[in-house]
Amino acid sequence: MNAPRCLIAEDEPLLAAGLQADLAALWPELVVAAQVGDGASAVAQALALQPEICFLDIRMPGLTGLEAAQELAEDWPEGTPFPLLVFVTAYDQYALAAFDAQAVDYLVKPVDRARLQACVSRLQTRLQTRLQTRLADRSAPPAGTAPKSDDTLAQTMNQLRALLSAAAPTAAQPPPLLDVVQAQVGNLVHLVPVAEVIYFEAADKYVRVITAEREHLIRMSLRELLPQLDPQRFWQIHRGTVVQARCITTARREESGKVTLALARRSEKLTASRLYAHLFKGM
Amino acid sequence: MNTLPMNSPAPARPVPTAFAAALGRVKRRLPRTVLLVAAICLVIALILTAIDGRGFAVKLIYSLSVGAACNTIVFAAMLLSGWSTDLLYRTRGLPLPDQRNAGWLGVLPGALGAALFGPPLGLSLADWITGFTSPSMLNLNSTSTRLTLLFSVLATLVTIFVLQAQERLAQARAQAEAAQRQAAENQLRLLQSQLEPHMLFNTLANLRVLIGMDPARAQAMLDRLIAFLRATLSASRTPQHPLATEFERVADYLALMDIRMGPRLQSRLELPAELGQLAVPSLLLQPLVENAIKHGLEPKVQGGRVEVSARRDADMLVLSVRDTGIGLAAAAAAADHGGSHFGLAQARERLATLFGGRAMLSLAEASDSEGGVLVTLRLPIEPTSPTTAA
Repeated sequence: MNAPRCLIAEDEPLLAAGLQADLAALWPELVVAAQVGDGASAVAQALALQPEICFLDIRMPGLTGLEAAQELAEDWPEGTPFPLLVFVTAYDQYALAAFDAQAVDYLVKPVDRARLQACVSRLQTRLQTRLQTRLADRSAPPAGTAPKSDDTLAQTMNQLRALLSAAAPTAAQPPPLLDVVQAQVGNLVHLVPVAEVIYFEAADKYVRVITAEREHLIRMSLRELLPQLDPQRFWQIHRGTVVQARCITTARREESGKVTLALARRSEKLTASRLYAHLFKGM
Repeated sequence: MNTLPMNSPAPARPVPTAFAAALGRVKRRLPRTVLLVAAICLVIALILTAIDGRGFAVKLIYSLSVGAACNTIVFAAMLLSGWSTDLLYRTRGLPLPDQRNAGWLGVLPGALGAALFGPPLGLSLADWITGFTSPSMLNLNSTSTRLTLLFSVLATLVTIFVLQAQERLAQARAQAEAAQRQAAENQLRLLQSQLEPHMLFNTLANLRVLIGMDPARAQAMLDRLIAFLRATLSASRTPQHPLATEFERVADYLALMDIRMGPRLQSRLELPAELGQLAVPSLLLQPLVENAIKHGLEPKVQGGRVEVSARRDADMLVLSVRDTGIGLAAAAAAADHGGSHFGLAQARERLATLFGGRAMLSLAEASDSEGGVLVTLRLPIEPTSPTTAA
């Protein structure tokens, strides 16, 4: 068996170095494949290097650890085991409660040796079981059944889903629901009734607003927009896409676990990521 | 002097209708009124008996009847005035005034009404009970009529006065308690914002690593942390300190953040020597610097710079905190936990309490190409500005 590899995402250089040193002492075989200081790099490096374990700091510039985990889950290639995730946070009572509820591994900074040792042992056990199930799968070739590793992916998806909904912005007063989208082009403002919007799509710092006839650009993030939409009518199907449910005609489940959506009055297809695929089930 | 804002508004309660307020007042006062009226009427009956030496029981009945009638009118007038106020405001579509603190004006019509109509009503009632016929109230020459009138008016006024005073006292006490609670709450919030757990535990985590790697630097970091904690804990007791001390506290904080953020944070402090001894509210700048880092620089991948500077503009002291972070709009979008601008609100409140309208705090996107946020404070320089007391 190859030496297990991990990725450390932590924006404070000393803490990253400290975690690396402690891991080297407790788990000498573990190779630190990459050490990054922001969420976007964490996703890019994890996808490129495919480590077995990711230590993700929660508060990082760019993407938070949770958002990075979401991107990772959505873009993770088929057929390779999803990394075991360990979230690291200094203090965040909401996150800790959510982690506890979802039995997700996490470390609280400052990380003491005993706690890290326990975490390391748990990770070692899980890597071991993963290896055994894979060996078992190989010896008894799958008869049309998905390999067992997908179960852990499904489990991780469930955990992430719960964590993301727990970490969603909980403003004391939810903003009022949007009725009309106002998109500015030069000195002209287009008013687009929300009911006519087929889907919203994140585009860098903007959101593309797509109706049957045309599309507009609004200067706000999808994250800001989301609480202003009626969740019954507008479904998030991907970290960057929110679609009006009544505009979806069919949903086709793909091999990869993703779901392809056909739309009324638009020819393009949308893809619901694995995280949101559970929204589409027959009644 | 108290550094903590005392003027924050009490949590808004819905304004009850005037009638509901009056009904509440009547219900509150009724038991005490009954006792008080009974006592006063007893005294009146005794006095009247002493004057003409006859029929105590009958006099007591008359006295009680008049007292009861007067106070019933007072209460009825309260309810009536409440009801008519509601009607007046509702028909004109005006927002209801707060009737909870209605003063003497609110009971004046009742007192007048009681003085005029209370005695005849009370006397009729007593006549009906006893079967006697008391002299007509129109006959003002009759001594007993005048006495009845005088005593009943006096008794009503005394009752109203006593109850009104009692209520005022209870209200003042409740207000004082609320203010005290508010002050304690503010102090707690200040402490909580200063000793933010995330900051504290991250700093400790860095310290823990540093102890193993570079004990000398760890010691220096610990010294900064101690100075920072000491300043934070004593800020509520030392309302003001010299500007130079304020800059030292900011330097402590920046030194801690520098260890944590490494090359992602650059900082520059600019304090002209001649301004160092001016007194400023303690820990006024530090939360603003904390905001600049937390909401401006920490979320920015490549980090940036924070600059704190002081200058004099005529008789104003101008302090500025500038960062080259992600800017206001992006910070507002990224802030998903409530109370992100508590530091700013706190600084504004403190300035308002200490300087009234003479101090100013402005928050704006920085105008140059580097972006980020510029916070500017303008404080009046007091001519008798106390210099360092150390």
